[in-house]
Amino acid sequence: MITVCRIEDLPPGEALRVTEDVPAPIAVFNADGDLYAVDDTCTHQDASLADGWLEGCLVECPLHASAFDLRTGKPTCPPAKAALRTHRVEVVDGLVLLHVDATADEPA
Amino acid sequence: MRSVLVVGASLAGLGAVRALREEGYEGTITVVGEERRLPYDRPPLSKQFLTGQLDAQALALGDADEYQDLAADWLLGARAVRLDPAARTVALSDGREVRTDAVVIATGAVARTLPRVGARALAGVHSLRTLDDAEALRADLATGRPTVAVVGAGFIGAEVASSARALGLEVTVIEAAEAPLERALGRSMGRVCASLHADHGVRLLCGVGVAGLDEGDGRVTGVRLADGRLVPADVVVVGVGARPATDWLAGSGLDLDDGVLCDAGCATNIPGVVAVGDVARCLDLFTGRHTRVEHWTSAVEQPRTAARTLLTGVSTPAPATAPYFWSDLYRSRIQFAGHLLPGDEPQVVEGDLDDRRFAAVYRRGDRAVAVLAVDQPKAFGRLRRVLIPAAVALPRPA
Ligand SMILES: Cc1cc2nc3c(=O)[nH]c(=O)nc-3n(C[C@H](O)[C@H](O)[C@H](O)COP(=O)(O)OP(=O)(O)OC[C@H]3O[C@@H](n4cnc5c(N)ncnc54)[C@H](O)[C@@H]3O)c2cc1C
Ligand code: FES
Repeated sequence: MITVCRIEDLPPGEALRVTEDVPAPIAVFNADGDLYAVDDTCTHQDASLADGWLEGCLVECPLHASAFDLRTGKPTCPPAKAALRTHRVEVVDGLVLLHVDATADEPA
Repeated sequence: MRSVLVVGASLAGLGAVRALREEGYEGTITVVGEERRLPYDRPPLSKQFLTGQLDAQALALGDADEYQDLAADWLLGARAVRLDPAARTVALSDGREVRTDAVVIATGAVARTLPRVGARALAGVHSLRTLDDAEALRADLATGRPTVAVVGAGFIGAEVASSARALGLEVTVIEAAEAPLERALGRSMGRVCASLHADHGVRLLCGVGVAGLDEGDGRVTGVRLADGRLVPADVVVVGVGARPATDWLAGSGLDLDDGVLCDAGCATNIPGVVAVGDVARCLDLFTGRHTRVEHWTSAVEQPRTAARTLLTGVSTPAPATAPYFWSDLYRSRIQFAGHLLPGDEPQVVEGDLDDRRFAAVYRRGDRAVAVLAVDQPKAFGRLRRVLIPAAVALPRPA
């Protein structure tokens, strides 16, 4: 489990990239009050989804505009084909906690 | 309409197949492609493919499941040589003739060659458009430690220089224009992005043309410049732009002028024939001009428009968007969206030019017409969205 930040530091519409103590960078999003975490690197080529455009629970990749559903990690349009791995996030005592899904080789 | 023939099996061709099926078309689709490969992604050819970070397999645009769902017939390794709109047929290089109700032209572009050098085969001289080209270049760059000269400082030339540099090679870039990337980014920002070459130890020579190539034993040994200087090189990459692949359309009755002329709905002057991607010169609703946009994203977006036009039988322009492209140079990501005319003034709104990390907005009078970002993807995403409504209201030049 990783403490990401205080919830005030991740307001709605914002994203954070977690790079420490994780096997690969993870992006944590606040989508209108709901928190989601997915692998940060787009499954298509090389872009950070924390830099993407968040709309509802979809994030659009900043490079070629594949959109991913943050609930499932699945791309909703090309060019990306593979799903992102999703991770569990929760807020406890005002802290954003991330549970890295290191076991799942198979994307959600 | 019961049959559609797509000519060109690359990004725009596959996009057309996808869009036709998405729009509910259930008839026959045949795709003719000159290359013996299913569609693959070209942008990495000058970037991660050349440096060895991506292999050929990773470039595939579709996968087996998708191809099954799309249910198209792929005639690969076949070249279309003639379109006869009256007979509704396309003749192929192998003698076959395909009858069809509608045609999507998606033949893209081919690399230009140097006027004084031509396409003469000389070992060590490369252009870069196809995966075959990229494989040959990659092999040559990996043999010994060649000195590299790149002719043309446009994005593809610049990316090749950057990739060759990443492989640890000595690189010189030769550009005929005084100001590199001027047409794409404007004079000042073109300079800023071209300065990345010097930052990374690549020599850039501007304002000098190429007189010819020196050779020995059938292999290139250097580039002879118009002012008499010689740039020694074991590998020469010619990146001087691309011309639309319209040769096969001569005599078809289609309006051709630096591409297949289309309206904003990708319709040509012949009913039932549409054009998409790098080969198409469509009417741009922002500027009122016909423009051939050689960007990946346009080749993704235009097929949706073209499919609607074909299936409804009425030209159906898509809502206007600001054309977008990106380029990766020396680990810097360059992103640009919008329409530039000479005189549009860029203003840095985020970051700093000296850090090579910034976002700039170009203005024409008081309107934002374009955005450029270097390693500022988040700011770019925000700025390009506010750009679009402003640009739609632009007065059209006469
Ligand atoms: C090295 C490289 C790097 C690039 N990098 C970027 C980038 O970073 N960002 C960006 O926005 N864009 C980039 N692009 C541009 C982008 O790849 C193109 O805009 C895109 O490929 C256009 O797709 P298309 O399908 O229209 O044409 P193409 O990809 O050119 O495909 C046309 C296909 O048609 C086939 N064909 C041609 N004539 C015939 C015929 N008579 N019969 C049958 N088949 C035929 C060709 O063999 C080819 O396979 C790059 C291009 C290259 C070459
Ligand atoms: S890198 Fe994300 S869609 Fe291409």
